[in-house]
Amino acid sequence: MRQHETGNSTDQAIRKIVVLPLRIALEISVKSLRVRFFRNMLTVMTLVLAVAFFTFVLVSSDLARGLWNSGDPALAQTLEKAGFDLPAPGESLASTAKERWLVALSLLVCMVGIINAQLMAVTERFREIGTMKCLGALDSFVLRLFLIEAGLQGLAGSLAGSLLGLLIAMALAMLRFGLAAAAQASPAALGLDVLAGIGVGLALSLIGVFYPALVAARMQPVEAMRAE
Amino acid sequence: MTERHTIVRVQDVHRVFNLGKHQVEALKGVTLEIKAGEYISIMGPSGSGKTTLFNAIGGLDKPTSGKVFIDEVDIAQLDAFELAWLRNRKIGYIFQTFNLIQVMTALENVTLPMIFGGMNNDEATQRGVALLKLVGLDKRFNHKPQELSGGQQQRVAIARSLANDPAIILADEPTGNLDLATGEEIIELLKRMSRERNVTIITATHDYKMLAVSDRVIWIVDGRIDKIEDREQLNIQVGEIVSR
Repeated sequence: MRQHETGNSTDQAIRKIVVLPLRIALEISVKSLRVRFFRNMLTVMTLVLAVAFFTFVLVSSDLARGLWNSGDPALAQTLEKAGFDLPAPGESLASTAKERWLVALSLLVCMVGIINAQLMAVTERFREIGTMKCLGALDSFVLRLFLIEAGLQGLAGSLAGSLLGLLIAMALAMLRFGLAAAAQASPAALGLDVLAGIGVGLALSLIGVFYPALVAARMQPVEAMRAE
Repeated sequence: MTERHTIVRVQDVHRVFNLGKHQVEALKGVTLEIKAGEYISIMGPSGSGKTTLFNAIGGLDKPTSGKVFIDEVDIAQLDAFELAWLRNRKIGYIFQTFNLIQVMTALENVTLPMIFGGMNNDEATQRGVALLKLVGLDKRFNHKPQELSGGQQQRVAIARSLANDPAIILADEPTGNLDLATGEEIIELLKRMSRERNVTIITATHDYKMLAVSDRVIWIVDGRIDKIEDREQLNIQVGEIVSR
């Protein structure tokens, strides 16, 4: 009888749906993250450290700029003592090429670390992916699940990292320059630094998972289940 | 018995695996037809190609040449979406290694295909509970697979395979990882499902316990069909094995 039903083409069009509602996808992702808590913490820690460093550099240079822009010669002197290359009076304090290099390299290292971690995590779950495909999951479901997981990891890691970087940079600046460092800083600039940190962290996490997830999603179910 | 239509048609299927320099031909031209509601066992020694054939029928792997028709539709012609739909609605899979999703409870494992099929959560939960009761797991809805025995896991897998009322259940060595008694229970359960729900059941197996419940047995040797036997012929065959 069922076969007769599917013979009807309009009926078929209505019944031929395969879906993964976002709420369910989110639920599954959170569950997977919780079950593999420690492995995920490792991935997240990579991100926390990289983002913390990134935000630290941004905030530190913002704080120094704040001190420089205050025009106070005493502060300028402490800046110089602390090793900053001061520009001519009136010009703004720019970040050095060395700083930019350090940031770019740290992000690159972090990216490789995250791709590696995600590749392991995805490989570990080939069987699960194959099973899901047998149950009617489309490639896009698999991709979506991994992207949501990476997104959540990225959000948590970069939020923590960003705040950590901000705190360390503030504390260090106050130790070196006194309370003036905090007083002269522009809150808007610091806020932007934190946001930039979160954005970069999230992007790193998503870019890192994309390739492994794509490979996994495109596998034939049997290939995926055969892999151990 | 009423006229049954052909639900699975396999036409001259070859499957070649490339293993580095070597090419291994796992299937060397298999042709067969399976009618709706039949209980079929594909028998053969390890490496005979029965799992390869099983995967080809289930649309889990693409044959190198030849065609597989499910309900007279050539599955090689289906796009990714239609193939997913086929796996979701038409076919239920049971595996030797159970393949439950480890992070989900028994009930969630059973309801997942229903959710993929567009059923709402409450309805799916209700159906999932009913299916788990059907396979005799009344009190283990919220257990994770690691907390269940092999036999219980396979019962969950059977309930999951029935989730969207499939026309075909494909079972690859369903008793392979189970002890004798549990294996018998699982076979009995499969037979009951085929009788009560009129589902076509196709198993790839080398478990001789499976012979007694099969309508037909397809013997595969070295990538080819060696012989196809009906149940009547089979009883003699089993007798021979026992008397030997």
